[in-house]
Amino acid sequence: MSVKINITEEKIAKLFEVMESNKRKPGPLMPTLHEAQKIFGCIPIEIQKIIAKELNESIAKINGVVTFYGNFSLEPKGETIINVCLGTACYVRGSQGVLDTFADELHLKPGETSEDGKFTLQSTRCIGACGLAPIFTVNETVYGNSSVSKAKEVLAKLR
Amino acid sequence: MLSRMHILICGGKECLSSHSKELRDEFNRVLNELNLLDEVRLVMAGCFGLCNQGPIVVMTPGETFYSHVTVEDIREICEEHVVKGNIVSRLLIKDPIDKKKIKNYSQLKFYDRQRRIALRNCGQINPADINEYIARDGYLALGKVLSSMTPASVVAEMKKSGLRGRGGAGFSTGQKWEFATRSVDDVKYVICNADEGDPGAFMDRSVLEGDPHSVLEAMAICGYAIGSHQGYIYVRAEYPIAVERLNNAIKQARELHLLGNNIFSSGFGFEIELRLGAGAFVCGEETALMASIEGNRGMPRLKPPFPAVKGLWGHPTNVNNVETFANVPAIFLKGADWFKAIGTEKSSGTKVFALGGKIANTGLVEIPMGTTLREVIFDIGGGIPNRRKFKAVQTGGPSGGCITEKALDTPIDFDSLVAMGSMMGSGGMIVMDEDNCMVDVARFYLDFTVDESCGKCTPCREGTRRMLDILNKICAGNGTLEDLDLLESIANMVKDSSLCALGQTAPNPVLSTLTHFRDEYIAHVVDKVCPAGVCPNLTNYTITDKCIGCTKCALNCPVSAISGTVKQKHVIDLTKCIRCGACKKACPVNAITSKPLPKEENR
Repeated sequence: MSVKINITEEKIAKLFEVMESNKRKPGPLMPTLHEAQKIFGCIPIEIQKIIAKELNESIAKINGVVTFYGNFSLEPKGETIINVCLGTACYVRGSQGVLDTFADELHLKPGETSEDGKFTLQSTRCIGACGLAPIFTVNETVYGNSSVSKAKEVLAKLR
Repeated sequence: MLSRMHILICGGKECLSSHSKELRDEFNRVLNELNLLDEVRLVMAGCFGLCNQGPIVVMTPGETFYSHVTVEDIREICEEHVVKGNIVSRLLIKDPIDKKKIKNYSQLKFYDRQRRIALRNCGQINPADINEYIARDGYLALGKVLSSMTPASVVAEMKKSGLRGRGGAGFSTGQKWEFATRSVDDVKYVICNADEGDPGAFMDRSVLEGDPHSVLEAMAICGYAIGSHQGYIYVRAEYPIAVERLNNAIKQARELHLLGNNIFSSGFGFEIELRLGAGAFVCGEETALMASIEGNRGMPRLKPPFPAVKGLWGHPTNVNNVETFANVPAIFLKGADWFKAIGTEKSSGTKVFALGGKIANTGLVEIPMGTTLREVIFDIGGGIPNRRKFKAVQTGGPSGGCITEKALDTPIDFDSLVAMGSMMGSGGMIVMDEDNCMVDVARFYLDFTVDESCGKCTPCREGTRRMLDILNKICAGNGTLEDLDLLESIANMVKDSSLCALGQTAPNPVLSTLTHFRDEYIAHVVDKVCPAGVCPNLTNYTITDKCIGCTKCALNCPVSAISGTVKQKHVIDLTKCIRCGACKKACPVNAITSKPLPKEENR
């Protein structure tokens, strides 16, 4: 993994701003972590320490919460995130084959990020677009009624 | 300003993924060019339920239903339909059931047996505009409740309606409200559970995207009934469109003083805030959900004390699911007796199901309780595509079980599904055909629960893992008959001794497949074959002489294991083949078979 985490003064200032407004309402931790994930692309230990201090919680508690939820990550992700849905509707319509194709073509296992930081391959929980199963997403774009050949086609365009 | 024509474009997630936004932009451009923007109104509506026909465009008046509309079709629709009043017949939806082209929305057989209560506004209104909700009697129920009913009579009406929780367990909603009413505390909370995590279920997403105000209105009614002034909606982060529309709806309701202080000058105030989930299935369990809002690991705790006594931050809390709430305004407008008359004796009203898997019409259907599974799958869902044979239907997601052909004529309600070893769950309905291996399906669900088990109690944390080990062993061709007994005994142990519903129901997919498809398990462990041709170690793919050499299989093979020249029979290199089945799916002439391995070649 060679993706560098970009922690700038500016981003940290933004985090403090978010925490300031979240502190005013009950249960500020989850909204803060969501924002931190958005700002930094991940929540590494350095950021967890800042949040722990500011919200007056132990670092153990913060780390426990960050690692519990699938949407928070400790390491940065690639520029392009490919998610293949392994929800039931997609699975019974063959999404495992689509995932294998990406894994094979990118030489990545699900959950891994490429050396150059370009691609992250993930399998995802049901995103609720079951009418279009099987589906995969590339960043925010959803590709429905997908197939192995569609996966190859999309990947060729991304490269 | 009134318009002579409305063009409704489906803005549900599926249709948006199929580029319905581009359609709107193109409509805008062409209508502007034709100088028609004053006469025609464009509406991004909620889901119409026919998700595999998208993007869908409906023209009113006339309710002309166009399917699979592309950007290139827009000019023709505008010039022909809008200007001249001629229907563009090539775009008319084909009835997915009798394949005839249908002019009018209401003629669609798909909707014939449906009765839309929770989905009453989905696809009918622009969810981003509160005025459209109000025009269809939105917030009228809240007005009626606040101006003419006491909290006690609200609870009594709910109890009378017989509404049961649509999130899965089917507990009486009125009783739940009554418990919360009985708890004495200045601070109480109303929570809407929108953490719809069951894979294959998307009815709550459609309600939130297509009719967000119905949930807000119902939460305010509930707040009034139980004496709460603060509501939270806990929604999955995986539903960005729903989050956006909810935020917008809350803002609009506040502006019109339908949320906030002194609603309808009644002295009653209610606020709603959104909280996002972060990818943990267990947070759909109410105590875990509350732990998550509080900023903790989303782990469930023992009940009692129930949330109605001790909930969020220790205060009495009422938790209901999205679809449950969506029914509430309709109940107060039309009365508990009206609602009670729909459905079965013990399960009144309707239920929304998300039809998925091997079924012709994937999408959302809302049917009265008591409809049979056969009607849902074959009459509404259009049956199994590609002339395959129905094998089973899975309801209730990872907590449910498989139901076979034999039980298809049972009327669906909460109790009948439990009696069949499955459960209502949130309403996902995944249809499987002869190409699905039931052992693999059980393994798939276990894989999911192992991943999502929070780890708090041992039976669930360790038990589900051991069950998965055994299922993996069986799928790999190394299982024995003793493994089946062990599997069954662990499953029963996990079911009886887990702390929360996740663990208690996790063995259901295993137990129900063991009951109904024991022969498939036995084929795996004794004969070492996978009858459906799914489990890689127990199957071989071969290309028969039917091959026309179209190269589609080779193009679809993820590991390039297929070779051959155009118009010649292709060959699969079995040493490279990963048995994913992509070639079989791609073949236009059914030339690829996944025959079980002959016995001597095993292992």
